Amino acid sequence: MTQNTDAPAPRTAPGSATAAPRGLVDVRRRPSSWTGLWFVLPFLAFYALFLLWPAVVGFGYTFTDRSLAGGDISFIGLDNWSESLTDAAMYDSLWNTLWFTILSVPLMVLLALGMALLTDHARRLGWFLRLSFFAPFVLPVTVMTLIWGWMYNPSLGLFNGTLGRFGIEGPEWLFSEDTAMFSVVIATAWWQVGFNYLLYLAAMQSIPKDVYEAAAIDGAGAWQRIGRITLPMLTRTTALIAVLQLIGSLRVFEQIYLMTNGGPNFATRTVIQYIYDSGFVGLRIGLASSMAYVFMVLIIIASVAQFRLFSRKEG
Amino acid sequence: MATSTPSAPRTVQGPATPPGRTPPRRRRVSPGAVALYTVATLAALVWLVPLLWAFATSVKPEGETTVMPPSWLSANATFEAYASVLARGDVLRWTMNSFITTVIVTVLTLVICVLAAYGFSRFDFRGRPALFALVIGGILIPPQTLIVPQFVLMTQLGLVDTYWGIALPQVVAPVFVFILKRFFDAIPRDYEDAARLDGAGPVRVLWSVILPLSRPILTAVGIFTFIGAWNNFLWPFIVTNDPEMMTLPVGLGTAVGQYGIQYAQVMASAVLGAIPLLVVFLLFQKHIVTGVAGAGIKG
Repeated sequence: MTQNTDAPAPRTAPGSATAAPRGLVDVRRRPSSWTGLWFVLPFLAFYALFLLWPAVVGFGYTFTDRSLAGGDISFIGLDNWSESLTDAAMYDSLWNTLWFTILSVPLMVLLALGMALLTDHARRLGWFLRLSFFAPFVLPVTVMTLIWGWMYNPSLGLFNGTLGRFGIEGPEWLFSEDTAMFSVVIATAWWQVGFNYLLYLAAMQSIPKDVYEAAAIDGAGAWQRIGRITLPMLTRTTALIAVLQLIGSLRVFEQIYLMTNGGPNFATRTVIQYIYDSGFVGLRIGLASSMAYVFMVLIIIASVAQFRLFSRKEG
Repeated sequence: MATSTPSAPRTVQGPATPPGRTPPRRRRVSPGAVALYTVATLAALVWLVPLLWAFATSVKPEGETTVMPPSWLSANATFEAYASVLARGDVLRWTMNSFITTVIVTVLTLVICVLAAYGFSRFDFRGRPALFALVIGGILIPPQTLIVPQFVLMTQLGLVDTYWGIALPQVVAPVFVFILKRFFDAIPRDYEDAARLDGAGPVRVLWSVILPLSRPILTAVGIFTFIGAWNNFLWPFIVTNDPEMMTLPVGLGTAVGQYGIQYAQVMASAVLGAIPLLVVFLLFQKHIVTGVAGAGIKG
C-alpha cells in the first residue's frame, strides 16, 4: 500500500508544471495507472471481505462436518453434497420455490400492466392511484405479514368474516396445505407489485404522444390504441419486468417464513428457509452450505439464461 | 371507443393550437370515461383495504377486535392500543436501530459505489476489465445463500448484535456500481476537460463536475438503498439475538408472540412500523417514480 502512494507522487511533480498539456493529451486514459485503482479499492475491500470471502469459506465448509455449536471439525469429503442432492426434503423445498415462482411471476406482471394502464388513462386520479398501488412496496415485510396474517385469520379475520356475512364458509387460508401457497402469493403480489407497476408506468409515459394522436386521427379507439401501440411498444419492458420478477421470486423466503414458517406440513418451505433451518436450527453449517451452493448454481443458471434470452430480444 | 370520436373534428383545427397537448377535454363525460374512472377508483380502494383494515383494527378497543361479523368503524374508537405499544418502548427502540443502521448502509453504499463507478468509468488501470467483470459477476450471487459463512465471519469479528454487524454486509451492492458507471459513462468528457485545464485533480472533477450532473441517479440509488436497508429482514434477523439491537422489521416479527391475541396492539405496532417509510415515500414520491424509470429503462 505504501509503495503505491509513492508511485504517483513523482509523476505529479513534473506534471504539475505542465498540467494543461497533460490534460489535453490524455484526458480520460491513465492520468496515472494507479489513480483508478484507488477509487475502486474501498468497494473492492468490502466486496472481498463480505461477499467473496464468505463465498470461498462457505465452499470450504461443504466438505466438513462443521457445526454452529462448535466442536471438532473434520473433513468428510462429498458427504454433504450427496446428502443435499439426494434429500427428498431438499427437492420438496425446491419445488415449493418453483411453484411460488410459477404462480407469482405471471400474476405480478399482468397486475402491474393492468394497474399501469389504468393510471395512464385515468390521468386525473394519477397521484391517488400511484399512492395506493405503490405504497405497499415500502412496507417492511413484517408489517405486511402482520396485516395479512390478521386478515387471513380463519375464524376472526376480515376475509372469512365478510364471507360469513353472506353465509359462505371461507377457506383456512394459511392453515391448509391446499390454500397456503396461494394465500402467500396473493399477499406477496399486493406487497411487491408496485415496483413492476412503476416500471410499466414509466415506460408507458415515455411513448410519444403524437403516436397516439396520429392513431386517434385515423379513427383508432381506446382499446385499439392499447392493443396496437401501447402493448407492442412495451415488449422490452415486459421482458425486463419478467426477468427481474423471476429472479426475485426464486429468492423468496421472508414473507413465507413469517406467515407460515414453511407450513403447514412443510407445504410452503422454500429453499432458503431449508438452508436457514439446516444451518441455524439444525446447526449443520456444512450441510447448509452445500445446499446454498446447489441453490446458488441454479439461480445463476436461471439468471444467465434469462439475460441471454432478454438481450437477444433486445438486439 | 366512443371517447375518441368527439375529438376527431377538433383535431382538424389542431395545428392552430400548440402541439403536444392532448385534444381539449370534452365537456360531456362519455360512458367509457365513467367506466374507466369507476374501475380505477375501485381498484385503488381495494388495494388500500389491508392498510385501512390495519388502521381500523388498531383504533378499536381490544374487546371489539374479534367481534364477528367484522365492522369497519367502532363507536368507541380509541388510541389506547398505540399508547400501550409505545409505553413498552420497544417499537421506538427498533425504529432508532433501523434508522442508525440504515443511515450507515446508505451513506457507505453511496460513497464506495460512486468511487468505484467513477474509477471504472474514467480510468484505465491494470486489471480493470477483470475487476469489473468480478464486480458484475457479484450481481448474480444471491446474498441469502451466504448467510451461514457471513454469520460465522461476524462471530469471528465480534460484530454479532452490533450496528456495524447489521450494516456492513449490506453495503456491497454491485448492481449500483453497474448502474452508476453506465450513468457516468454517458456524461460527456468535455466538462471534465475544462475543469482539468483549470488544474482540478480527479477527486475535484468527481466532486464538482460528475456528482452535480448525477443528482437524479444519486437520489434514486440513495432512496432505494434506504428502502432496501430499512426493510431488510433476513440478515438483521440472523445477526441480532438481543431484542435491544433488533431492527424494526425483525422486532415486529416478535410482536405476535408478545402481544398474543391483542389484535389492536398488533395492528397498532404494524401501523407504527409502516409510518416511517410511508412518510419517506410521500416526501420523495417524485424522485422514486423517476428513479425507477431511470434505473429500469436505462439499466
